[in-house]
Amino acid sequence: MSQGKSALLVMGCPEVPVQNSMVIYLAHKLKKSGWDVTVAGTNAPIKLLKVADPEGYYVQKMADLDQTIADIVEKKYDFDICFAFMHSDAGMTYGATFSAISRARLFAVVFGKNAEALGESIDYPAEKIVAVATHNPAPLKNKIDKVDL
Amino acid sequence: MSCIEQMKYRLYLERTSFKEAREYIEKISEEVYYVDPGYKIFKDYYIIGVPPVAMGVRGKELLFTYVKPCHGTFVMGLDSEEEIARLRESEAKKIKKSLQGEEKAKGEPSGAPASFADIYRK
Repeated sequence: MSQGKSALLVMGCPEVPVQNSMVIYLAHKLKKSGWDVTVAGTNAPIKLLKVADPEGYYVQKMADLDQTIADIVEKKYDFDICFAFMHSDAGMTYGATFSAISRARLFAVVFGKNAEALGESIDYPAEKIVAVATHNPAPLKNKIDKVDL
Repeated sequence: MSCIEQMKYRLYLERTSFKEAREYIEKISEEVYYVDPGYKIFKDYYIIGVPPVAMGVRGKELLFTYVKPCHGTFVMGLDSEEEIARLRESEAKKIKKSLQGEEKAKGEPSGAPASFADIYRK
């Protein structure tokens, strides 16, 4: 069903540990289901990802976050689904930007200590996956596993 | 990294929320315009934001929000008559488009066309 379809995973600031773990998990899971997966982020999360997955076994395609936004705005490419990871106001703001510029089905993956309040502040079109998770990825993983793609 | 970071910008607010940054621009600007996320300024910066994204004009200075994932939202100011002119022009186009839409709506028939005979009978 998902063969040939594209997925974008947008990483926010990497200071909350569950993000890296969940991005690798979700990228692998989507790839196994036939999705063409790209992970976008700034230098810091991309470096963490490259060190964790040096052979590119779990994540094959990585992209610069601002360049990805520019390319979507300029209509060079787009994605079928987008998971925007966020634990702060800035992450939520990036999610709003993807909601406005992309035709992708958007999932706002909200985590961290203030996940519930942050999740409530999202008023743009997105399917919310909210879990109070910082060090333990299980609550977030359980919710992501329930997503019907 | 965007070219903005190499320019001589003025920083008015730093590491704040997007909402506060928007309200600050609305408060201190002489003119306020609202753009969609992805609006391009200074060659290579595509505005990140929650709609409505406010951009301000104060004299020759363009005021705008700049978001960094690990640092939050900043309010920056840069002198650029060229960008201000482009912003005003894009707003004028928006108004013209919405007026055209209104005129079109007014000119359109409200229901199914009626025949002369039907009207005469009334």
